[in-house]
Amino acid sequence: MSSANENVMPEKHYLNDNYGIRSWLLTKDHKRIAVLYLLTITFFFFLGGLFASLIRLELLTPQGDLFQSDTYNKLFTEHGVNMIFFFLIPSVPAVLGNFLVPLMVGAKDLAFPKINLASWYIFIVGAGFALAALVSGGVDTGWTFYTPLSSGFVRTPVIAMGVGILIAGFASIFTGLNFIVTVHRMRAPGLTWGRLPLFVWANYAASLIMVLGTPVIAITLILLVLERGFHIGIFDPKLGGDPVLFQHMFWFYSHPAVYIMILPGMGVISEIITCFSRKRVFGYGFIAFSSIAIAVFGFVVWAHHMFVAGISVYSALVFSLLSYAVAIPSAVKVFNWTATMYKGSVELATPMLYALGFIGLFTIGGLTGLFLAALGLDVHIHDTYFVIAHFHYVMVGGMVMAYLGGLHFWWPKMTGRIYPEGPAKLAALITFIGFNLTFFPQFILGYLGMPRRYHAYPPEFQVLNVLSSAGASVLAVGFILPLIYFLWSLRYGEVAGANPWDAKGLEWQTTSPPPTHNFEKTPVVTEEPYHYGTEQEVPVVH
Amino acid sequence: MSEHAHPSRLLYVVIFLALVIGTVLTWWIAFKNLGIWNPVVALTIACIKATLVILYFMHVRYSNKLTIVTVCAGFFWLLILITLSLSDYLTRVLNVG
Amino acid sequence: MSTSQTTTTDHHPALVHQFDSMEQQKEASTLGMWVFLLTEIMMFGGLFASYLIYRIKYYDAFVAGSTSIDIKWGFANTLVLIGSSWTMAMAVWSAQNGRRKGQVYFIIATMILGAAFLGVKAKEYYEKYDECHIPGHVIGKGFNAWGGCSATDKSLGNIAEDIRIPPHGDPNIPEASAELTAKQTEIFFSFYFAMTGLHATHMLIGLGVLTWLLMRAKRGDFGPEYYSPVENVGLYWHFVDIVWIFLFPLLYLISRHAHAH
Repeated sequence: MSSANENVMPEKHYLNDNYGIRSWLLTKDHKRIAVLYLLTITFFFFLGGLFASLIRLELLTPQGDLFQSDTYNKLFTEHGVNMIFFFLIPSVPAVLGNFLVPLMVGAKDLAFPKINLASWYIFIVGAGFALAALVSGGVDTGWTFYTPLSSGFVRTPVIAMGVGILIAGFASIFTGLNFIVTVHRMRAPGLTWGRLPLFVWANYAASLIMVLGTPVIAITLILLVLERGFHIGIFDPKLGGDPVLFQHMFWFYSHPAVYIMILPGMGVISEIITCFSRKRVFGYGFIAFSSIAIAVFGFVVWAHHMFVAGISVYSALVFSLLSYAVAIPSAVKVFNWTATMYKGSVELATPMLYALGFIGLFTIGGLTGLFLAALGLDVHIHDTYFVIAHFHYVMVGGMVMAYLGGLHFWWPKMTGRIYPEGPAKLAALITFIGFNLTFFPQFILGYLGMPRRYHAYPPEFQVLNVLSSAGASVLAVGFILPLIYFLWSLRYGEVAGANPWDAKGLEWQTTSPPPTHNFEKTPVVTEEPYHYGTEQEVPVVH
Repeated sequence: MSEHAHPSRLLYVVIFLALVIGTVLTWWIAFKNLGIWNPVVALTIACIKATLVILYFMHVRYSNKLTIVTVCAGFFWLLILITLSLSDYLTRVLNVG
Repeated sequence: MSTSQTTTTDHHPALVHQFDSMEQQKEASTLGMWVFLLTEIMMFGGLFASYLIYRIKYYDAFVAGSTSIDIKWGFANTLVLIGSSWTMAMAVWSAQNGRRKGQVYFIIATMILGAAFLGVKAKEYYEKYDECHIPGHVIGKGFNAWGGCSATDKSLGNIAEDIRIPPHGDPNIPEASAELTAKQTEIFFSFYFAMTGLHATHMLIGLGVLTWLLMRAKRGDFGPEYYSPVENVGLYWHFVDIVWIFLFPLLYLISRHAHAH
């Protein structure tokens, strides 16, 4: 797509505008802050991956012979905490969102650049506490911190970890706040809501969730920390407290949190599918509003995590029904993406491979969520490997694939270089195969009754577990490859030019990498979004 | 657009006095036995006071629609948290067995 | 429509680079503060929701706990905070209308009233500390609402006894039952301290921010063309006032009519 001869790196851009560590640590440029976040969360991804490897190693044999059960508890807790709070939640918003949202709305930066930088520092402080908790022994309560186990029984550094998570939560609140104000108040002239890229809609919806949900887990963790520190009895039944109340408050945030994780990923997919089908998105309005619908509905389904915790049966009925409802907007998106590809001119570039993987795997993950939302069935498969398979399908098969697809799609924009297409396609394929080999057997295991969070299991489950662990090693290769070739491309990759994919969107109308102030002149938008294949292929910048 | 109308100093004083009266009223009624209505009355007065602060001290009366939507969204979401959680606790008594 | 705004001679010194005009900057910063207050509503909201659930579950204990805190301080503090909201609104008005001295005086007045509130709170907390009503057993001598624990006056803080003392308590309530209710007040006090503590923390932060605002106001930063920091700090302060407007009846006025004193 790129005409190789005329591609030249711009002389001055955001990466070389200023040198020195201070210019990075005190930057107000949203693009640099995105890079800072990229480095940080990559570290946590591989840290979480390390724990996953240890888990899968242990589960090769039915006996609990590699680790003691207490240690195993720490492994799955640290895997969950690091992956969810320090990788997944910031991944697309804080890296791709931070980089792209101002570009996509035609602004010079986010509304509050200093708050943006503060959010990264706050994230680092939170991460520091979490790492301190890890280094002083690790937490073993499960990432869900159910009381009274976490509030009174265990001797592990729950307080440090709780403080770390709640501080990191404030970082995400600041990111969300920034996005909301930017999208409302800083759109370029002519950029109406109906012309916004779907990636922006998705991040906007996720930001609503960040802003409304995260404070509740903050206060819940504060209460947990107080209970542990001062031995008061808010959640401890021995002292008159209610452990189910903790679960209500915890899941009030943690369920919408999964939509914080997936919505930006869905935004990425919308952008990729339309570009590599060379066709405008089918049902733009439906996709935009479904993002908002998911954000709103996502807040009224949380107790589907608590069906067997002792809540009232009538309340469970209501939550089950609402959980079915929340699947509808997601399905709408899948239909619309498929319809976009129909009769489009599909090119199977690497980002498109990840997007296609996303659509298939997210559908499986989403549908199995409905299995879990059915009350009768949930009694049987709650707390089994079925649940684990379900959320890994949506989070890894969905979200991580979307993140990788987005990284590949916008890597040229962020770095000015293209990654090598051959190894990239190979990595995508390896990831897809490894992923399914790892997690599909887990659906079967769960259905057969293997419980989660156990390091030993009946011998008849071994074959499936071995398949799963084998898949995990393949998956690991699939994740390590991009790390290698992305780094390689920074030095040896082909120069990208402003628009290597010939994509629509304001971010492609400026150089790769962009200058610090994003655009030489503020763009004025006159066209509908994704006007691929239309007569009027005029550039948008005047 | 920035707000063009603002409360006058007199209006601020009036609102302040209304808030003080509301507080005194809350105290006074607290000592009268209205049975089940005591907390209802107390919270109603609190809501009225809060509304006055929001509309006049916080200028929401003179603000754009986005501000109003933001304020309403906050209370609406709080309502979701409270009612859906309570819906569990209040229907437990009806559990069979 | 317009292309990018190049800096012209009317570029206000407070205009930051990412905005094209002071008006855009004002609208953005005000919206930002409102969204932040949205997060605060949800944060306090979590506490309010939990409080409600326990109030229903342990109503008698909540009544007993509420009765044991001194209503006059809560009442006084409510008036103080409302007053500080008025002075804050006047500070914003002064900035809007270019009254430099007025801004400074009203900000100082707000800070004085805020400090007074915190002073009263400190006194109330001390009373609870003395009566051994602080939940848990880490601070003070440990929670004790049923036996004379107070260092100043042994008869203070004995909630179990207060439940049974006429004419407002009921002597027909068996001792064991009164003692159980007194034990359960620990949850009430957990919420009392958590909610008023979170509120007081927000006031402390508010005082800090007001100090910063005061310094800028003294420097003459604010006037009719640029007063949004004053307005936004005002929004924060009013929000903190609103939280207290709800805390007062919810914590201090539970079933007072039966226990008038």
